[in-house]
Amino acid sequence: MLSRKATLNLHGQDNSYFLGWEEYEKNPYDDHHNPTGIIQMGLAENQLSFDIIESWLATNPHTTGFHRNGNSLFKELALFQDYRGLPAFKSELADLMAEIRENKVVFDPGRLVLTAGSTSANEILMFCLAEPGEAFLLPTPYYPGFDRDLKWRPGVEIVPIHCSSSNEFRITKSALEEAYRHAESRNLSVKGVLVTNPSNPLGTSLSRGELNHLISFAIAKEIHLVSDEIYSGTVFDSPRFISLTQAVIDRNLKDTDLWGRIHIIYSLSKDLGLPGFRVGTIYSNNETLLAAATKMSSFGLVSSQTQHLLSCILADKKFRRSYININKKRIKRRKEILVAGLLSAGIRCLKSNAGLFCWADMRHLLSANTLEAEMELWKKILYQVGLNISPGSSCHCTEPGWFRICFANMPEEAISLSLKRIKAFVDGIRTSHRRLGQSLVL
Amino acid sequence: MKLLSRKATCNSHGQDSSYFLGWQEYEKNPYDVVQNPSGIIQMGLAENQLSFDLLESWLANNPDPAIFKRDGQSIFRELALFQDYHGLPAFKNALVEFMAEIRGNRVSFDPKKLVLTAGATSANETLMFCLAEPGEAFLLPTPYYPGFDRDLKWRTGVEIVPIHCSSTNSFRVTESALEEAYEAAKKRNLKVKGVLVTNPSNPLGTTLSLDELNLLVSFISLKNIHLISDEIYSGTVFSSPEFVSVMEILNKKKYSADVELWNRVHIVYSLSKDLGLPGFRVGAIYSNDEMVVSAATKMSSFGLVSSQTQYLLSAMLSDKKFTRNYISENQKRLKQRQEKLISGFRSAGISCLESNAGLFCWVDMRHLLSSNTFDAEMELWKKIVYDVGLNISPGSSCHCSEPGWFRVCFANMSAETLTLAIQRIKDFAELTVASSSRRSHQSMKNSRRRSLTKWVFRLSFDGREPDERIQLQIISY
Repeated sequence: MLSRKATLNLHGQDNSYFLGWEEYEKNPYDDHHNPTGIIQMGLAENQLSFDIIESWLATNPHTTGFHRNGNSLFKELALFQDYRGLPAFKSELADLMAEIRENKVVFDPGRLVLTAGSTSANEILMFCLAEPGEAFLLPTPYYPGFDRDLKWRPGVEIVPIHCSSSNEFRITKSALEEAYRHAESRNLSVKGVLVTNPSNPLGTSLSRGELNHLISFAIAKEIHLVSDEIYSGTVFDSPRFISLTQAVIDRNLKDTDLWGRIHIIYSLSKDLGLPGFRVGTIYSNNETLLAAATKMSSFGLVSSQTQHLLSCILADKKFRRSYININKKRIKRRKEILVAGLLSAGIRCLKSNAGLFCWADMRHLLSANTLEAEMELWKKILYQVGLNISPGSSCHCTEPGWFRICFANMPEEAISLSLKRIKAFVDGIRTSHRRLGQSLVL
Repeated sequence: MKLLSRKATCNSHGQDSSYFLGWQEYEKNPYDVVQNPSGIIQMGLAENQLSFDLLESWLANNPDPAIFKRDGQSIFRELALFQDYHGLPAFKNALVEFMAEIRGNRVSFDPKKLVLTAGATSANETLMFCLAEPGEAFLLPTPYYPGFDRDLKWRTGVEIVPIHCSSTNSFRVTESALEEAYEAAKKRNLKVKGVLVTNPSNPLGTTLSLDELNLLVSFISLKNIHLISDEIYSGTVFSSPEFVSVMEILNKKKYSADVELWNRVHIVYSLSKDLGLPGFRVGAIYSNDEMVVSAATKMSSFGLVSSQTQYLLSAMLSDKKFTRNYISENQKRLKQRQEKLISGFRSAGISCLESNAGLFCWVDMRHLLSSNTFDAEMELWKKIVYDVGLNISPGSSCHCSEPGWFRVCFANMSAETLTLAIQRIKDFAELTVASSSRRSHQSMKNSRRRSLTKWVFRLSFDGREPDERIQLQIISY
């Protein structure tokens, strides 16, 4: 009666990433109403800088009310459904993207396609770059949502590029080659590589070396390179963020075929903390792709009301610059609180310089070096400790014991409480291990 | 290696159709009363620009929702973070009540069965993904909205098989047309998953009759397939007969206990036409089938409605006094406009299909064709776009099986512009009739049989005597 897409579990939402979310919703922590509830540490939201935006809105009230210079824009906006997007908004968005890259890269607003969030942008790229049954290579661990966004309706396969803790999960030349060979052995035609830079869930930005491996690989195999740079505005520490575009330019490859096979994804959901407004974008130098993607954006256009508001906010260059800086400082501070707190509980995190989360090493807390043990630990942390964190397996990590822990989506006292809870939990394990005569290697 | 996918490089987005090409021509030379008074008047875009003042006055009296305030408090943070694909509860509640009100409260809708999407464009595509595999088919009555070729087929791979409707019975859907379409699909080895109708119809501007609705429901019941009713124009019904939603048919005793049947009827709605807000991207799927609701909800991730917009509209639609007044005043204005267009065209010797809804008329220009062919229709269309300066939509772009019909929009311009458009078409019609009557005198001399066929053809729908043939061309009703 219904299609396979509607009835099978191809949406990927039976994954623990979504299950933990459901559990949280049944018993959400609230400092007044439910102080023993589950603290949501599985949602990569940025709640640290709303006050900055709210104060800007308070001093610029006319921007929300459909007026410009005393004239009503309502009718114009109400009717504006042009899939090429509001020119003023695309122009500001291109400027923002350039500024995030310290203006080392310039973006042409005419090469931006607006979409309802990067969820829509990623899916559209798959529809445009691959046939059903073809494949994209993705470094593991990766954002669980990709299983739905890239595979579900476009029918594209994901083949993992295995990264390991032995070299801090960096992408190596051999891992790339191995993934490609593996796809070949499964008779899958590889159309490209998709990376998230900075990485979700690692919180690290790609090194120059990694970018160069990716570029050389894409040239050799004549495939696409998609860089989801949704977290590019959250780089709070060195090393500096190197965007894929910059890396390609630095290798003097701007006038080669590769230039038409580089595509960037961006969104305002993380940097500006506005996931509810559904603002995403595809940037590409490939005219045919742009034409197709623009038409496909009909299925997920950005509300004109929202495009207008954001074009006003982003047009204030002084505000924009100051927002980016203050936001980064706050993210850095939060990350340091989490990292220090976890360390005092004997839990180390991967050294990170970006993102809204840490990649925590809990291998030593596993009862065995297995996925089952990881699930066991995850459930304990969810139900007994009351923290919804994301197990590495939900991100397709090949080594059990790693967890993604978000730090920017809650007030500071919730972070402190979560650290207390985790310390108590770890101490509890230590005590019981001592009782059992086992030593806990930290 | 093929660089891009077939979807990216082929033309199945349907945008090479004249519907979109006319739009492009308009953009190159758009009419403006001051800047470009001889430019092309856009009559190919089904927008509702008649009632913005009502919306604007509501906004002026209720400024808080637009500035993220609720009860004096800022809810910016809450909205900025709200990306729940179940939708803002207050908005879904207000929207289902609005939908019920449009149907005279003869039906009520459960907000839990409503899925919000970025426009009806997204809703229709999502339903295809949920109800059909690539290569399967949906039956659609012709003429139909050109956008369906993109929305239903492009990325989903679903096929459209037309249910041919003809002017002989005012383009009503008949049992034989349904059966014929079903057989045609079978012959092409296409598995039919359902029927999709637009009610009120685009481009006809008519509401489906009770007979048609009953026919459709019994057809899908018999064939065990789905029925999608795109009711995007439901709020634009401005004269009798009253709008009857397919849901009302299901409420009848005969079907009320048939759960399986209920689960196969789905409604699509949007605020783009009734409220004139296409830029805000608000669409919805309504279904009684839990699985459809569940799958469509997850798929809506690819086209969620901005929380900023959901909140603003939840406040507006919750104001019942406002919605009641808006619905009735909007309908009055649409009726007035439609009447203006119809009488204007009549005075140009052009008749329209009798209609009671929509933002357009379905206009009969068959008598202006040089021959009863689609080539002649295209020829006429080009003349009207380039020489007359009106972008209207040729019936072929809507897959009409008879040449000579055009969709002409009336609610997307000022009254003065409509007056000008009517004048232009009048001038053109007079010229065409004059020159073609000269031609037909000539052709009568040269080929009596050919012209006899032409008169016989005209007779078949006009029922007039051959002696009146000259008058026929000037005044055909």
